[in-house]
Amino acid sequence: MAAITERVTLAHRQAPSYRGIWAWIASVDHKKIGIMYIYAALFFMAFGGAEALLVRIQLWQPNNHVVSAETFNQLFTMHGVTMIFLVAMPILIGYINAIVPLQIGARDVAFPRMNSLSLWLFVLGGLFMYTSWFMGGAPDAGWFNYVPLSGGHFSPGAGVDFYDIGLQITGIGTLMTAINFLVTILNMRAPGMRLLRMPMFTWSALITMLLILFAFPPITVNLILQMMDRLFHANFFNIPLGGNALLWQNLFWIFGHPEVYIVILPAFGIISEIIPTFSRKPLFGYESMALALSVIAFLSFMVWTHHMFADGLGPIVNTIFAITSMLIAVPTGIKIFNWLATLWGGQIRFTTANLYALSFIPLFVIGGISGVMLAMAPADLQYNDSYFVVAHFHYVLFGGTLMAALAGLYFWFPRIWGRLLSERLGRWNFWLVFVGFNVTFFPMHILGLEGMPRRISTYAPGYGWTTPNQIATIGAFILLAGMLVLLYNLISTFLRKPDLEQDPWDGRSLEWSIPSPTPEYNFAQVPLIEDRDAYWVAKRQGKELPKAEPLGPIHMPSPSLSPFFLALTIVIAGYGALLHVDWLALIALLAAFWQIGLQLVHEDHGYHVHPDVPAGGAAE
Amino acid sequence: MSAHSETTRIAIAHETSQELGLPKDHRILGIWIFLAGECAFFASLIGSYLGLHLGVAHGPTGAQIFDLPLTTVATLILLTSSLTVVLGVAAMQRRDVRGMQLWLWLTALLGLFFLEFQGYEFYTFYHGGLTLQTSAFGSAFFTLTGFHGLHVAFGVFWILLLLFQSMKHGINEDRTTKVFVMSLYWHFVDVVWVVIFTLVYLAGKVG
Ligand SMILES: [Cu+2]
Repeated sequence: MAAITERVTLAHRQAPSYRGIWAWIASVDHKKIGIMYIYAALFFMAFGGAEALLVRIQLWQPNNHVVSAETFNQLFTMHGVTMIFLVAMPILIGYINAIVPLQIGARDVAFPRMNSLSLWLFVLGGLFMYTSWFMGGAPDAGWFNYVPLSGGHFSPGAGVDFYDIGLQITGIGTLMTAINFLVTILNMRAPGMRLLRMPMFTWSALITMLLILFAFPPITVNLILQMMDRLFHANFFNIPLGGNALLWQNLFWIFGHPEVYIVILPAFGIISEIIPTFSRKPLFGYESMALALSVIAFLSFMVWTHHMFADGLGPIVNTIFAITSMLIAVPTGIKIFNWLATLWGGQIRFTTANLYALSFIPLFVIGGISGVMLAMAPADLQYNDSYFVVAHFHYVLFGGTLMAALAGLYFWFPRIWGRLLSERLGRWNFWLVFVGFNVTFFPMHILGLEGMPRRISTYAPGYGWTTPNQIATIGAFILLAGMLVLLYNLISTFLRKPDLEQDPWDGRSLEWSIPSPTPEYNFAQVPLIEDRDAYWVAKRQGKELPKAEPLGPIHMPSPSLSPFFLALTIVIAGYGALLHVDWLALIALLAAFWQIGLQLVHEDHGYHVHPDVPAGGAAE
Repeated sequence: MSAHSETTRIAIAHETSQELGLPKDHRILGIWIFLAGECAFFASLIGSYLGLHLGVAHGPTGAQIFDLPLTTVATLILLTSSLTVVLGVAAMQRRDVRGMQLWLWLTALLGLFFLEFQGYEFYTFYHGGLTLQTSAFGSAFFTLTGFHGLHVAFGVFWILLLLFQSMKHGINEDRTTKVFVMSLYWHFVDVVWVVIFTLVYLAGKVG
């Protein structure tokens, strides 16, 4: 009898198990969530890339009419929105999910179910925005969506509503990621891992999450205000009834400038992991790197007006913001010199990951220099709204963020997927992307200086714009070839048997100290950290990492479908509001609050796993 | 590795984690960080209001329409609810479950009273000629106070869920943290109201 009762209790405590696709949807494991973030980001990248190619085809020659002007507006708007919100941020958040808990010696994130909710808000919110193409047209007022162009008068279709509501949905998810990883990094580090012993990628994640925490609320408010204007006829941006168009610009760029650091700081973090690893040297100037990240984050909140120099805010405002903008070059320069000093005298290995990381440095410097040129307020009036700006931000966002993201993909692939990507294909992939990128975007500097405005759907002959445009379009197809090689590399690697090499690069941080594939509990025993680069130091001394706890059963959180359904409910509320089906919006919103309430009183007992004892045998 | 050094290390590890002096429960740090984000949210809303409150078009101004005695009573009610939630948490820490429930019921009730006042205020303003569509001032006023009201309403809902949970299953360490986290949220919502009362109503009546 007693035995039966016991079995019943155990069964009650057993985690619900899901099969097939549901196992992924219900997963609260940071590793699986990270993988799904990366897959979804690559999926959206295909769409964002296709939009860019159509833009480049349209601009191939003067008076071209491959797409209409209306379609062209939708293409460049969705290209920008996709690449920033659905590719750059999610792929970096994917790496942060997959790697940061491992780097700090944690078994999961602080709020695993909330992590799943973040993922699904991003995925479903992104798909929501993409359905706009079939529902009357995509957003078409540019990625920064200025009023009055984006107002009901000039954008009567639903496109901008998709932008307003879709970005609110994905934004809530991003905000929850920030809360989750701030608590994870501050509270869940392995014993002995002080802040100044954390790997630089984790540092960059910490600072990025702080930026998200304070940058996303202003854009959320901005989106809410515009939604009120467009759906409920409020007057925030309606000038005749007292509204103010500059309010949109201010709130947008108070978010928008930190946003560029939200997508570049983790890239800095990736580069700071890869360059030391492939130079076999510790990161030069570790403390100054961490300090530079913090100073950049602080300054990034006081430069937003440099996007508004042409508004006529007056010489005092422009001067102040020009100076703060240029100040950011100082901590950024420190980082560049530290990477160069790390390479100095190192035994450099030119793997694909390192090729991408090394190319990041000059490309980002070019983008940084054109950035300082743009920060000079009087000169900016010349560059403003020209292709020079387009060249600048592609050098930092593609040459910076995406090059680092691809470096990270090759570097962490064996940790995340237990396989090494082909280095031979990797080289083809790298050189095609590197050449294609420069051929596409370098001529845009010249186009801008020759006066070609951005966002025009076509141009007349005789301005000297044709040749640079054709070079850029050819470059875009070289880029496409490079990305197809990457796709082929990914597919052929997935078709191979996993090699399950634990530490293929002679890594430095804790993610390489555990077996491959990574066990679901990450660490059978949480390590005790006594150094910066503790794993690398232990390897050099021929020792094992010391353990901070005895071997024993490990508590794991239960999988759950509720985050997915909550995200789905919120998206349904979005459709309800957008289609003016008010009862649907109201019911879905109430259902969402009901589910949030249930999550707040939810009690998850989780389950226990018994770790496999490693072959070497762990100390009892 | 000898068993001895292993135990020493584990002892050291334990010491180090205590040295860090970090809260044991992630939810408490989590709610503080969430509230920091909420500060940025309300700062943006209040900033928008301050930027737009003179844009009254042909509608009434704040000085014309605000009913200060009414709002003062509402403010006092909400501030009292901060006191009752403190008394509820104090009772919970004395393991006085009934006391806790009593004070939480009272808190929820005060929250509902506040919403009642807000509903009445919106109703009179509507009939006094100020709606969301009247002017930028109207849009900013209803959006700001409306979002605050939604926060109060969600807080009431949260308190009720915790009350039902404690009545059904009693209280344990986990649920204690849940109540504590909610109380921090509740205080935050009250503090935001003090800021709104000062910057919107008091300053609006003067200016
Ligand atoms: Cu900027």
